[in-house]
Amino acid sequence: MAGFALTPPPATLEEIRDAFSFFEGWEDKYRFLIDLGKSLTDLPEEFKAEANLVRGCQSQVWLVSHFEPLSGRLEFGLDSDAHIVRGLVAIVLAAYQNRLPAEIVAFDIEGLFAELDLLPHLSASRGNGLRAMVNKVVALARNHL
Amino acid sequence: MMREASIRGDFPALAQSVHGKPLVYLDNAATTQKPLAVLDAMQRYYLQDNANVHRAAHTLAARATEAMESARSKVAALLNAGASDLIVFTRGTTESINLIASGIEHQLRSGDRILVTALEHHSNFVPWQQCALRSGAKVDVVRVTPEGEIDHDDFAAKLFPETRIVAFAHVSNALGTIHPVNELVSTIRSRCGARIVIDGAQAILHLPVDVRALDIDFYAFSSHKMFGPTGMGVLYGRREALDSLRPSQYGGEMIEHVTMEASTFNVLPFRFEAGTPNIAGAVGLGAAVDYLSSIPRDALLLQEEKLIGQAIAALTAMNGIRLVGRPKERLSVVSFLVEGASAHDVGTLLDQQGIAVRTGHQCTMPLMQSLGISGTVRASFSLYNDTTDVERFVQAMHKTLTFL
Repeated sequence: MAGFALTPPPATLEEIRDAFSFFEGWEDKYRFLIDLGKSLTDLPEEFKAEANLVRGCQSQVWLVSHFEPLSGRLEFGLDSDAHIVRGLVAIVLAAYQNRLPAEIVAFDIEGLFAELDLLPHLSASRGNGLRAMVNKVVALARNHL
Repeated sequence: MMREASIRGDFPALAQSVHGKPLVYLDNAATTQKPLAVLDAMQRYYLQDNANVHRAAHTLAARATEAMESARSKVAALLNAGASDLIVFTRGTTESINLIASGIEHQLRSGDRILVTALEHHSNFVPWQQCALRSGAKVDVVRVTPEGEIDHDDFAAKLFPETRIVAFAHVSNALGTIHPVNELVSTIRSRCGARIVIDGAQAILHLPVDVRALDIDFYAFSSHKMFGPTGMGVLYGRREALDSLRPSQYGGEMIEHVTMEASTFNVLPFRFEAGTPNIAGAVGLGAAVDYLSSIPRDALLLQEEKLIGQAIAALTAMNGIRLVGRPKERLSVVSFLVEGASAHDVGTLLDQQGIAVRTGHQCTMPLMQSLGISGTVRASFSLYNDTTDVERFVQAMHKTLTFL
């Protein structure tokens, strides 16, 4: 059992894709991302420790993980100090939470972000910690293949 | 109403749209855009004069050498250095400060002290911290007041007879505070014989700098923050201060004579310029200095001051905005936070509206720790910004607040 509560994805990939299909401009999209971020369950303070920090220059992401041997699935607790990054984290969670390592490695996260027209946020040059977090999740999954 | 002077048209990069909105570039403290005059000079150099400097008899080499050395003279004149061999070309402020820190290390011993302030950019903090770790010296850090100014009493109290180096910024990159260099220098001189190092990165474009009148030992700045190219910087040193530094890089150009066993080193400034220098960078910097003297700088600086005043007034009037730092003497920068949101949120929403600002710790983590915050949103102005930029920024801030 994980020593932390899994962060539940506030929306499924289907719900996210569906919502994005109705957006008419950047304002709809960012209001949605911020709302999504606000609805993400907080990671308890004790896990927002230095050791769990995925460093970004402009915002911070905390990541805790657990491989559940019974189910063979990876479980994550995630949070960020920025609303928009939390919204992006919610999308990543929808793709990765409680999945098999093979599913995580096979998932086309760039494709998803491109489809939602959010790809720049996944770029390391944004310094928001999201890219580093995704890399860490995928590396964890590879370790459990 | 007086019409605003404008040099906007000289900067091609300003005339573009971002996310379908006209670009409002307010990240000038990070780097300024480049005027066509600088870009042309650099291209002309590569098209016509490209050769290595100081070491060949042919015509192109002579032209390249002349171009680079004339840039050095222009910088010397800009700083009133008195002699152009006191101008060392580097990669930027960071390299300039590292050059001093490495070069002075052999003069330090355990028990010596280095004084810096909590307001420093990492580039004027970490080199000293590391220099102290290597040499056994101790770093003292001057406290910052809640207004974002150097605490003068603390500054004076931390000057000891053992203080060998005092390093501080002319202008704070994070808060825009202009430090009273003259006053601080006379306090230092009255108490100890420390070398005085000024990080001029944020000042050089905005303030007249007379290194001899300031009575300091070293002054460092970057070309890219004053309309010049990146990868180019300057270290001015008083002759005796520069002479006392050991070179930290060895190789071609910096030597006088080399045998199998030993080498003697070249004269100033070449002793500190190992390897083929950034010749095109020097040419670009020289062109930037020329450009600065060709524009009505004083009038533009007044205008910039007016713009920053307007931005501060507008931000102060908004609900949920907290200004970070309220220095009495301020230059071109305003740092702030939106209650309940991170700087990154604000920066991202402004970017969607075509506004470029900097967000985060501003490369001043010790300062952010002193202020108990993790970062700020920083809008920084330059000589080409105009009232429309402030209006668009304020409008975009109003919209941003509706999201958060």
